[in-house]
Amino acid sequence: MSTTTMNATHSHDDHGPLKGWRRWLYSTNHKDIGTMYLIFALIMLFLGGASAMAIRAELMYPGLQLLDPDLYNNIVTNHALVMIFGAVMPAAAGLANWMIPLMIGAPDMALPRMNNLSFWILPAAALMLILSFVVPFFPGGGSQINTGWTLYPPLSLKVGMSMDFLIFTIHLLGVSSVLASINIIVTIFNMRAPGMTVWKMPMFVWAWLVTAFLLILIVPVLAGGVTMLLFDRHFGTSFFDAAGGGDPVLFQHLFWFFGHPEVYVLLLPSIGVLSQVIPAFSRKPLFGWNSMIGAMIFLASLGMVVWAHHQYTIGMSSAAVNYFMIGTILISIPVGLMKFNFIATMWRGSMTFETPMLFAISIVIMFVFGGLTGVMLAIVPADMQYHDSMFVVAHFHYVLLPGAVMALFAGVLYWLPKWTGNMYNEKLGKWFFWTSLIGFNGTFFVQHFLGLAGMPRRIVDYSIQFAEFNFISSISAFVYGLSHLIFLYLVITTIKGIGTTKAKPRSWEGAQGLEWEVESPAPFHTWEKAPKIDKEGHYVK
Amino acid sequence: MTKIDNKKTTRKLFLLAAGMFAFAFALVPIYNLVCEVTGLRGTGKTEMLFDQKADKTRLVLVEFDGIVNSNLPWEFEPSTRQLEVHPGEVASVSYYVTNIADKEVTGQAIPSVIPWFGNQYFKKMACFCFEKQTLAAKESKEMPLRFYVSKDIPKDINTLRLSYTFMNTDKKQ
Repeated sequence: MSTTTMNATHSHDDHGPLKGWRRWLYSTNHKDIGTMYLIFALIMLFLGGASAMAIRAELMYPGLQLLDPDLYNNIVTNHALVMIFGAVMPAAAGLANWMIPLMIGAPDMALPRMNNLSFWILPAAALMLILSFVVPFFPGGGSQINTGWTLYPPLSLKVGMSMDFLIFTIHLLGVSSVLASINIIVTIFNMRAPGMTVWKMPMFVWAWLVTAFLLILIVPVLAGGVTMLLFDRHFGTSFFDAAGGGDPVLFQHLFWFFGHPEVYVLLLPSIGVLSQVIPAFSRKPLFGWNSMIGAMIFLASLGMVVWAHHQYTIGMSSAAVNYFMIGTILISIPVGLMKFNFIATMWRGSMTFETPMLFAISIVIMFVFGGLTGVMLAIVPADMQYHDSMFVVAHFHYVLLPGAVMALFAGVLYWLPKWTGNMYNEKLGKWFFWTSLIGFNGTFFVQHFLGLAGMPRRIVDYSIQFAEFNFISSISAFVYGLSHLIFLYLVITTIKGIGTTKAKPRSWEGAQGLEWEVESPAPFHTWEKAPKIDKEGHYVK
Repeated sequence: MTKIDNKKTTRKLFLLAAGMFAFAFALVPIYNLVCEVTGLRGTGKTEMLFDQKADKTRLVLVEFDGIVNSNLPWEFEPSTRQLEVHPGEVASVSYYVTNIADKEVTGQAIPSVIPWFGNQYFKKMACFCFEKQTLAAKESKEMPLRFYVSKDIPKDINTLRLSYTFMNTDKKQ
């Protein structure tokens, strides 16, 4: 990577980055920190992917083959936390760091030292998370975290010391993402180039603005919830301990008050990415600009007040259940609006099908599957049957993989030429797209059937009649998992410039926005002099 | 200029985050209040029966059930497994509790009613679950419960299951 900045042409007043490890550890440069976020996310993606492979290997055949039940559940817990907090959120934060200052014409993030802090908390948090997984293997390490990522008491009150590691991991991750969110909001509010009004900001920036506010509103609540858990475990309080007058269901409310908006935290940056990618390859401006912003704000606000649809079976009053059901079904309106806007953007556009666009189109289709099963799950009487079945697993993977992970891949491939100065190998990109598309659908589509037929989630073993679909799911999962090696190879060859062509400043013909006005690769310092922007929001040379 | 703006915005956002952390703790009393107002949880208060006339036209089957949490060394069993009562009629049952440990232990019984929306119609006049119970080593005790089923219980509820879980309140022995 260092070669990209060595060749930076305008170094007259540019002292350039520090050399060696100091460049990264002391970095206050939004591009370097963005790069570190993305590399961290990629490492975590492979770690979380490895645990997914372990889960599917165990579930390939009925019976216990590789993992004992507690270890299986520990891996399930670990998979969820690594993927959500380690892979998706840092990858989205990496895109934000790299692109937001470039897109709004700012020289850097508003609070660069805090930016450094919010990244460097992450490796520490990741270490704690890994410790929480490995500690039970040592003598005196206590029991495995067999609760799943939801950490429901009373079970989580009984887990050994690894739960304490996990609680502190969540504290660290929370601090990191709140700091990053504050930084992003301050940057967007105060650092825009003259003429870049909020109504001219690129949609990716808008999406991250909404996401950052959501994060500040919800992450502290989770931190509070796990703090209460910690107090119940060690300091004799009874927030969730029924013996002392507490209520375990209270934790579920605290958790899902965070947990439900969290899915929009994962989704919205990806909606932002799609709002850049689809217009670029359709060569048309984004359809329904204002409705898109309105839909995101509506989605975020409504998403804050429908959390209890994860807990229909706990015994709420019928008035409460009805409220949460109707609220949840209403969510499909802004989401549907976004999807129609994307389709209308493509309508009669001069579309080309580079890999980011292929991902974008497949996301629009597959996310609708996930959305529709979401509406099914929102209906209370139906959910009583689907609750805690593999149907739910299929649902949220159909939402989160297209809605978050694949859109991040689309974003990375879209902006990779800007970051590295090299066009990635399109053939490899297509291979990655098709293998991961087939692998993903093969893995999760059959899980709908398994769930409807009654296979429960979070159980290591299953009844013999589920064997065929589980076998298909596991084989597809291995294809899906291995397909990411193509992505890894693609990224490495693009960074090193092996078998690639040089990227132009405007790397894609239809790409719009300030980020394409700077050279490729983007110099170490950009927009030190704020760009001029005309009334329509276009760049003036 | 921007520097001052940044400080201001940052401070406001930090306050917002701190406020949300405090809000998590504020949810604890709010949650308890909501549970009591909606009748999802018994108030732990003694209920009084003023109207002595029972509704002789219908019978409700009440089932009793006793569970001991795994970290409490007690045995706990209802003397009666099930009882048919008229709504508005006062009934009494008792539970046998034995401490099988060699030391004094304090426990608390947590009631729950199935179906959960039947909870508000199950009225306890006297119950061992209103306070903590202490048993000496190897002590046995009979614990009483006096209750009635309220007369406004909906027609479609014909069975109520009262389930107690006895929990250990001696934290961190």
